[in-house]
Amino acid sequence: MTPDDLLFTKEHEWLRIVGEAGTIGISDHAQKELGDIVYVELPKPGMKFNSGEPFGSVESVKAVSELFIPVSGEVIEINEDLGAAPEKINEDPYGAGWMIRIRLSNTDETGDLMSAEEYDEYIQEAAE
Amino acid sequence: MIPFSGWEMPVEYSGITKEHVAVRTAAGLFDVSHMGEFDIRGPEALDLIRHVTTNDAANLVDGQAQYSAMAYPHGTVVDDLLVYRHHAEHFMLVVNAANIEKDFEWINSHNRVDATVENVSADIALLALQGPKTIDILQPLTKVQLRDLAHYHFARGSVLNADAIVSRTGYTGEDGFELYLSANESELVWNGIFEAGASFGLVPAGLGARNTLRLEAKYLLYGNDMDGTTTLLEAGLGWIVKFEKPDFIGRDALLKQKQEGVKRRLVGFEMLGKDIARDNYPVFVHGREVGHVTSGAPSITLKKNIGLAYLPAEHASIGTTFHVAVRSKLAEARVVRTPFYKREDHQ
Repeated sequence: MTPDDLLFTKEHEWLRIVGEAGTIGISDHAQKELGDIVYVELPKPGMKFNSGEPFGSVESVKAVSELFIPVSGEVIEINEDLGAAPEKINEDPYGAGWMIRIRLSNTDETGDLMSAEEYDEYIQEAAE
Repeated sequence: MIPFSGWEMPVEYSGITKEHVAVRTAAGLFDVSHMGEFDIRGPEALDLIRHVTTNDAANLVDGQAQYSAMAYPHGTVVDDLLVYRHHAEHFMLVVNAANIEKDFEWINSHNRVDATVENVSADIALLALQGPKTIDILQPLTKVQLRDLAHYHFARGSVLNADAIVSRTGYTGEDGFELYLSANESELVWNGIFEAGASFGLVPAGLGARNTLRLEAKYLLYGNDMDGTTTLLEAGLGWIVKFEKPDFIGRDALLKQKQEGVKRRLVGFEMLGKDIARDNYPVFVHGREVGHVTSGAPSITLKKNIGLAYLPAEHASIGTTFHVAVRSKLAEARVVRTPFYKREDHQ
């Protein structure tokens, strides 16, 4: 089951908002499509991104995929554990596999994102 | 599943890393039935093969196989292939799936001696059992004495009562066997090998692991590492070009290139940082773009990021550094000795 406290992009990133802070990662569907993840490139704390801009990349044995930020904000923390253990993204994409935390520039910006239910429908349609 | 030359091929079953490690430490079974097979028969069969291929099939004895290639007149590559000698008037060529039609036409158009050339690809399935546990798994299923078959030799026999060509060949860098079977019996053999192999750690392996394994062993992939624009000498395949043979297609151009020296060479490299070089990433020497990565991936065995690329010959020696454009930045790479991975000889 996809956790229902998350919002999703069409590019398969998820966003969990708590107050003004947002945690970002990639979906279970995305990690399955990529396969064994071997490397993730993340921004430095302090960097700012506008909604939809690439903030890093994730590499599996077979492919590389850019990461797009779901909402505008400033990076306040990155998941340092992923440097030595990128496989956490495969093992626990919504938990230990989180990638960055940001301070949202504008908490009203989430209108384009999908709910968990909408996202599940979206990936099902894409599969058909 | 991805469509590959008309076949639906699994890229991975349990995950590329797991499959790759299983082949290096236990065993993996690949279904590579998409490969093409041609039967070449008749008193003139050897003449035809010697004319269209660059290695010398006259050196083969019955039951022996040989890595070879077909060249265009200007020395670039039509395809790389295996030549199997059943007996003096019966050979089998094994060619790449994407090239079956092209190769068949090429051979026929140069068949000036009237050998019989038959495309039997649709009738033949090919399973590759690879890894250090291969003999333990396969020997109970066949009377062919596997340990007595030398590398690049084969025997006709049966596996699980299905007629098979049992060939000590492969594309992974491990010991292993390839089984040529009747297409309608391959499923039975596939299932039977898994029953026998489960306790040895056998896993099904897909095209993804096949690619990472062959790259570590520096087996070239047609369409990536050589093709109709690169010569056999540039690709480092001079060892399968036999100039002692008086006549074969491409001989004049290749001999001239050998005498003058190649201007570019396919090299193996490793990345010095954490960036992964991937197929088609541009390659730079002293700030000048000189080509692209022909194959690039993480090496699962070596825990390094490796690849192949063509570099100018004067800039291709071991230890030389150059750059690969990884998205927006130039990442440093170094030419290294190949193969990247070589198994310890257990025999």
